[in-house]
Amino acid sequence: MDETKLKVFIDGAIKYFVQTTRLNADIGTPYLSETNETLHYDMTGIIGISGGRKGVVYFTAPTNMLRSVLINMGERDVTHDMRLDLVGEIANTIAGNARAEFGSEFMISVPVVIAGALETVRLPKDLRAFVIPITWHSQRAAVIIALE
Amino acid sequence: MPLKLLVVDDSNVIRNKISRTIHVANVEVVGTAKNGREAVSMFAKFRPDLVTMDITMPEMDGIQCIREVLKLRNDSLVLVISALADKATAIDALKQGAHGFLCKPFSDRELNDAMKELIRGAQEMGLHNG
Repeated sequence: MDETKLKVFIDGAIKYFVQTTRLNADIGTPYLSETNETLHYDMTGIIGISGGRKGVVYFTAPTNMLRSVLINMGERDVTHDMRLDLVGEIANTIAGNARAEFGSEFMISVPVVIAGALETVRLPKDLRAFVIPITWHSQRAAVIIALE
Repeated sequence: MPLKLLVVDDSNVIRNKISRTIHVANVEVVGTAKNGREAVSMFAKFRPDLVTMDITMPEMDGIQCIREVLKLRNDSLVLVISALADKATAIDALKQGAHGFLCKPFSDRELNDAMKELIRGAQEMGLHNG
């Protein structure tokens, strides 16, 4: 995937935060990861991509940020499980919105959510992984896209 | 009699958000389901007038679930709420019997406007008079 296709993921991240929390997210300059090691924060939602393109899209964030998003949404339950649920839902929403660009052959899986290190996720060596840095409420998160 | 609403989504966050933010006159949330199979079971129990339906779910996806629940009650109104933002998905959902499509992420106002529009359209066609 080339960098011209990143816009749909950037737009998806911007829209998610403003629609859900009414607070804007700042998007940093996307960059190409130089290794296949997985950047991650405390919790990660992973979407497997199949069909016309293959790879992975994931959203990773610190647990305090997820707690703040839940509170901004009006959610009273901010437990560990709800934060994991949220990180998966954000990944699902950003990946699903990308079908506006890629069409219905961009098949997305249900989210896999992980707390802690991503030992089970290895980005394919032959795929370039783009990192989109996100700052919301003074906290950093990221969307990572590794697609054919 | 209030219109009964069943909320179907695999995300607890989204089920809570929809249940919490629906403020449409004469609509009452009677249940929530986290996948298509559970939704069919809940639908058979409550026979709701309205359903909000996710698409990407484990066990049974929303498209198949729409077909199944409308076999049980074909005048229920289904509002699909999905992150899948391509036109083909929306068209497919409508072909399966859904009556509206709301793309995630959505604001509280967009959710309530979509639900009101769904009910208004049905009332104009004489389907629901609640």
